[in-house]
Amino acid sequence: MTPDEPLIRWDWVFSHLGDIWQRLVEHLTLAGLAVAIGLVISFALSLAIRRYPRLYDPVTWVTGVLYTIPSLALFALLVPFTRLTIWTAEIGLVSYTLLILIRNIMAGFQSVPPDVREAAVGMGYAPNQLLWRVDLPLALSVIIAGIRVAAVTTIGLTTVTALIGQGGLGFFILEGIQRFFTTPLIVGAVLSVVVAVLVDAALVGVQRWATPWTRARS
Amino acid sequence: MSFLATILTWLGQPERWQGVDSIPTRVGEHLLMSGVALALAVALALPVGIALGHFGRGGIVAINVANVGRALPSLALLALCLPLAFALGLGLGFWPTMFALVPLGIPPIVTNSFVGLRAVDRDTVEVARGMGMREWQVLRRAEIPIAAPIIIAGLRNAAVAIVATATLGAVVASGGLGRYIVDGLARQEEARIFVGAVLVALLAIAVEIAFGLFERLTVSPGIQAQRSSDEGAWTAGAR
Repeated sequence: MTPDEPLIRWDWVFSHLGDIWQRLVEHLTLAGLAVAIGLVISFALSLAIRRYPRLYDPVTWVTGVLYTIPSLALFALLVPFTRLTIWTAEIGLVSYTLLILIRNIMAGFQSVPPDVREAAVGMGYAPNQLLWRVDLPLALSVIIAGIRVAAVTTIGLTTVTALIGQGGLGFFILEGIQRFFTTPLIVGAVLSVVVAVLVDAALVGVQRWATPWTRARS
Repeated sequence: MSFLATILTWLGQPERWQGVDSIPTRVGEHLLMSGVALALAVALALPVGIALGHFGRGGIVAINVANVGRALPSLALLALCLPLAFALGLGLGFWPTMFALVPLGIPPIVTNSFVGLRAVDRDTVEVARGMGMREWQVLRRAEIPIAAPIIIAGLRNAAVAIVATATLGAVVASGGLGRYIVDGLARQEEARIFVGAVLVALLAIAVEIAFGLFERLTVSPGIQAQRSSDEGAWTAGAR
């Protein structure tokens, strides 16, 4: 970073548009896969907690400890076992989504008014129908709020996986630091923030579309 | 040689326990960086959050600060602080890391102290005023003690985020335990990576536990009992 070096070299950006696109897609794939897997695991665990409430404390304790471990350390702990593969990145990223998602799924279920459930039972809903047609739709806006937090967090953490050879946009950040070249560094950092904000906005859209009845209230 | 044996051999080397790259030195660096950053973040954020909460103004600002903090990934922030530190002639290592750590600590502290003070029952505040307390007495003897669990949770979130990001500081050549992980990855030394990661994880968990103890010691028992164990939906906490 010599004094005459501009903060950003647009010619570098334009000559690397292909690379940037490829890393962007990689970034979204890594983050998207992690949130999707995290959602499936969290949903299954939440259903188990609903059935056996005693599981709540141990599950939140374990996921809480996972959440506390700093990202780089968690990835590094996995390296001796899963090497520098995509799985090291995915296992780490998925672990961070669990606490956020489980808390919000459970809070969503708890927000369903007991009267509504009782009315549904009275109308002859079986437990399964009660879950899919009453509890889940009413819990959806809180669950999507959790998905928003999980998605934004995961997109940010995905940049760290560049250190274990995965990358996405973090590749540019690392390249910029190692070569003392601000252009890729700024491209990587700014794009990861922009992607997080756009995904968050898109999820707000999904929430409004999926739960139209909340619009009148808010 | 088994993985465990490799680790034990690595730990047995004398330079692990003495010198610039020893475990005690790295732990010390990590704690110093994190401690200074947390102290600065508290000094900047706590008065703002408490003032906003007390006067009930600027709620949108206080809440949005947390969302911005969450959207700004720590590595990106660290990367953006590097050219800044260079432009100011402060070089690699400590300063760019510090520039990244302090802003990361601010959002959870501002948001939680705001939310905590706002959550204090208005009737309680009125009673305190009715008893003849002055404004700052209301703050110091009613609002802050009642909001303490939420404020401390904010401090804890800030501390954990700072300790985690101090690890990433190794990427911009600062000291701390992240050095073992980053150097280990560069040299493909798995023992170094693994021990570094375990130490960082233990440090983060220790910080979490320390704040739990701090809460138990400082918060009035009556308020601790009131708090429900269910913390509900995710609202605060940047990482």
